[in-house]
Amino acid sequence: MKTDLEKVAAIIDRYDRHCDGLVSILHEVQHEFHFLPEDAVRMVAEFLGLPLVQVYGVATFFKAFSLQPRGEHTISVCMGTACHVRGAPNVLNEIKRHLGIEPGENSPDMKFRLETVNCLGACALGPIVVIDSEYEGEVNSGKVKKLLDKHKAAVMEKVHA
Amino acid sequence: MVQVRIDGIRTVVPEGTTVLEAAETMGIRIPTLCHYPGLSPFGGCRVCLVEVKRGDRSPLEASCTLPVDEGQVILTASRKVMEARRVVVELLLSSCPSSKTLQDLASQLGINRVRFKIKERECILCGRCVRYCKEQMRSGGIDFVGRGMASTVSSAFGTTPAECRNCGGCQWVCPVCERACLAGDLLNGLCGGCHNAAPVETCLVCTHCSESVGAGGHRVFHQ
Repeated sequence: MKTDLEKVAAIIDRYDRHCDGLVSILHEVQHEFHFLPEDAVRMVAEFLGLPLVQVYGVATFFKAFSLQPRGEHTISVCMGTACHVRGAPNVLNEIKRHLGIEPGENSPDMKFRLETVNCLGACALGPIVVIDSEYEGEVNSGKVKKLLDKHKAAVMEKVHA
Repeated sequence: MVQVRIDGIRTVVPEGTTVLEAAETMGIRIPTLCHYPGLSPFGGCRVCLVEVKRGDRSPLEASCTLPVDEGQVILTASRKVMEARRVVVELLLSSCPSSKTLQDLASQLGINRVRFKIKERECILCGRCVRYCKEQMRSGGIDFVGRGMASTVSSAFGTTPAECRNCGGCQWVCPVCERACLAGDLLNGLCGGCHNAAPVETCLVCTHCSESVGAGGHRVFHQ
């Protein structure tokens, strides 16, 4: 896939090509492409006048950034203690079964990415599943299919619209 | 000017001097590792720890980054300092047991065993190569990559950076020789060290003065 470098340039220009905006720029690039493509990282370094390795260092430092392609929608399953005792492993297994992927992997159509997190700070609502920063509390394995279908439908709607 | 007391001896040093520099001017030797002449203070290795008396508390601070303060009382070789320093060197040694610099340091401090599990990492993240590349070569081809346990010194995307002038400085300043010589393998190696490709202009008569070190300080005399 070719990276649309014009979009990257537009993002960098919005921050006046100033190095202070590095993290914000990388955030927006990541939002646009769902990961940080190598040519985009090189472009950011060049436009901001920073050594490439400095931008690369920032991109590898924060867990929010990824240099590997990520599925469009990130599903995070909380595996913290509270969620764990309330049955998070069952929820995770059900999601794994539905999508056919392991945590840290993308679905073959690149629509979903499955991840586990260690606590989301909303333990009373456990087990929690977050899909694109939308929180779903008290999830059980029975609810997983409905949840995924809802989001798949939303994805399809976006595609058709 | 600031008056400080180091190991019981009073001295007056200019403001902004570090405790390490002040001790050096008095002839008191504090062992260092990540500190290197010509490079900015880093404070990463914690070998140069000293005890700073503050009332009834006496915290340990890295002397290479600690600026002198009026009336400061410093102990550079107290029992507390020596114990902490030994543990620090032992920990460093557990990640790079074959480093000569670390072994020398260990023998100076009387360490003859490592109680920690040895995990050869071939790097202690002292940042000497990173600072050398950035500050002396004005290049910045390598930097710390990743975070925490996974952090390493690397170039971007694991390829030879465009800024690299093959000076070999990163290998030269490395206390554990993390950058093993990869001459002939320039693609994934950082510079190729002895395989120096970029010729450096020197004066007609070279006296091996230090003025040729670094892009910023490089001066060529034609006369």
